[in-house]
Amino acid sequence: MNPVRSVAGGAYPWGAKNVDTDVIIPAHWLKTITRAGLGRGAFETVRAQPGNIFDDPAYAGSPILIAGDNFGCGSSREHAAWALADMGVRAVIAPSFSDIFSGNAFKNGIVAVVLPQPAVDRLIAVAREQPITIDLETMTVTTPFQDRFVFELDAFRRQCLMEGLDEVGLTLARDTAISKFEHEVADHRPWLQRESGYAGIAVEGAGRT
Amino acid sequence: MSDRPRTLYEKIWDAHVVERRDDGTCLIYIDRHLVHEVTSPQAFEGLRAAGRRVRRPDLTLAVPDHNLPTTPRVDAAGRLIPIADAESAQQLDALRRNTAEFGIDYIDATAAEQGIVHVIGPELGFTLPGTTLVCGDSHTSAHGALGALAFGIGTSEVEHVLATQTLLLSPSRTMEVRVDGTLGFGVSAKDVILSIIGRIGAAGGTGHVIEYTGEVIRGLSIEGRLTVANMSIEGGARAGLVAPDETTFAYLKGRRMAPTGAAWDRAVTWWRALATDPGAAYDRTVRLDATVIAPALTWGTSPEDVVPITGTVPDPDSFADPSKREAARKSLAYMGLTPGAAMQDVAVQHVFIGSCTNSRIEDLRAAASVANGRHVADGVRALVVPGSGLVKRQAEAEGLDRIFASAGFEWREPGCSMCLAMNPDKVPPGERCASTSNRNFVGRQGPGARTHLVSPAMAAAAAVTGRLADVRDLMGAE
Ligand code: SF4
Repeated sequence: MNPVRSVAGGAYPWGAKNVDTDVIIPAHWLKTITRAGLGRGAFETVRAQPGNIFDDPAYAGSPILIAGDNFGCGSSREHAAWALADMGVRAVIAPSFSDIFSGNAFKNGIVAVVLPQPAVDRLIAVAREQPITIDLETMTVTTPFQDRFVFELDAFRRQCLMEGLDEVGLTLARDTAISKFEHEVADHRPWLQRESGYAGIAVEGAGRT
Repeated sequence: MSDRPRTLYEKIWDAHVVERRDDGTCLIYIDRHLVHEVTSPQAFEGLRAAGRRVRRPDLTLAVPDHNLPTTPRVDAAGRLIPIADAESAQQLDALRRNTAEFGIDYIDATAAEQGIVHVIGPELGFTLPGTTLVCGDSHTSAHGALGALAFGIGTSEVEHVLATQTLLLSPSRTMEVRVDGTLGFGVSAKDVILSIIGRIGAAGGTGHVIEYTGEVIRGLSIEGRLTVANMSIEGGARAGLVAPDETTFAYLKGRRMAPTGAAWDRAVTWWRALATDPGAAYDRTVRLDATVIAPALTWGTSPEDVVPITGTVPDPDSFADPSKREAARKSLAYMGLTPGAAMQDVAVQHVFIGSCTNSRIEDLRAAASVANGRHVADGVRALVVPGSGLVKRQAEAEGLDRIFASAGFEWREPGCSMCLAMNPDKVPPGERCASTSNRNFVGRQGPGARTHLVSPAMAAAAAVTGRLADVRDLMGAE
């Protein structure tokens, strides 16, 4: 993952509450095979309405989304985070998030910023005209009007985001411990080893009725 | 390790800790990873984007199942029949390409061994007692029937396991579900697990790993235990376990991927020691008396909505909890049922015998014994979908396919099929299905479809009578 030290730029001044993952990405997109391209399905039902915020040239392509309470509730589909990332969203600001969504967002390098409702309201007003800045160094959201809102983030998640560490990368850094474990298992539970080479079993015509 | 008495779960957990963190989470080694076409493409994409490889392709096995049509896969001349749905075809192609690129064993749709991941794992001896086993699929809990700590994971975790062969996990609480006594006439493993879920509720096992114990569980075959463990997730549990015993060893011995020779003997010694120690404490224990378990089925849209077949549709007002009352009202409207109606008067238009819950040889034998000499009722469409190619062959060797065919059932190719309707096998809106699968959620078997979860024998009874019937009446009538 790319390190995220700050996210700055335009923001969708949306504010909608209880946005569920079905709204973020409808179920029929789940048959895809890539994370890329899901931006096309992001907020499909919202975008079907004329004059929606996502297709408004004033906001389209913004790296920040401002929403209401309980963002990302509903099904656990990770596609929601992939869709946001694919449409260029790097951070979401809301008064609260569903746990599963904020976990999925974090895993995909999206910053979920929790701020109280009055701060969110103020940012929505600012975002209609001006860019805003989320800084992970100082843990603040600032505006060109000298607004300054402090937010909190789990220390581990903050470090991962800022150093561009993904969970897979972090575990790979424990390679020595994993290899040591594998050697012990090879001695103590040798029956767990498998011969690879099942590939190619596709017997021509086998399983035919 | 200390001498403190430990449960089966704790023993497996302890044997897989690579590192323990200060906050109690552990890096857990994963011994076996099953992969299918739906939840893996983005995980492989992630590996590719980061330039990573699969750490242990030898501990990984891939098979397509969810999307595959259950119609013949090759024509009379042995040529592949293309899959009509473009998105399904694309997911299936992606699995083939990804497994080739990363060197993972792959069972092709046309191979005799192809089948539902949770059927082929045990059947091939890929699933072993005392292992940690994961798959990007919630019903991975099934493998716990052999004493494996098995659970479903999300796509990011699939990627994590592919790359590192580990997962970062917090330990679960333990729950003993003890079923003592003797099962009555016509009562199967499916009735046992439906009754357990009816008792503990769909969220009853949340945060827990269940260990199934007691005479009834000990007396079940591996097929029956797989049915029980499979639905642990429907009771909210992370996983379900049955301690490995002589039944387990007899089932596994000689399976194609099971250990042999000296390795087998050593394994059995280790497996025997896994059983929960006397005096070990579970966080919770639930007891069920087998004599009160009748052939059971669901009436609503949650797997906890269970009644005996002799029962009636409950009145929503009979529930104490207001949110349950509301849910029951919604369920009944969706299911098109009236409170007080006898379950046995409810007519069905579809019957599905299959899924990772009930598509193994014993399930098909049980259904065939009811179908034998009878015929599917007018206006009913009945599908039999074996869980794997090996099950299908075995059934054909026993002549079960002919029994089903002459009784008017359709005999199909293996796959998930009408369990989740991701392939063309769907129940049309507003129509009713007696199904041996595990989820009766709204729209699970197709938009607007109405599902009643039942055992294979009960499903066959529904097929030949055209309604939700008490299989005991048909068994007695033979
Ligand atoms: S048969 Fe049903 S429950 Fe089992 S793996 Fe397939 S879709 Fe999931």
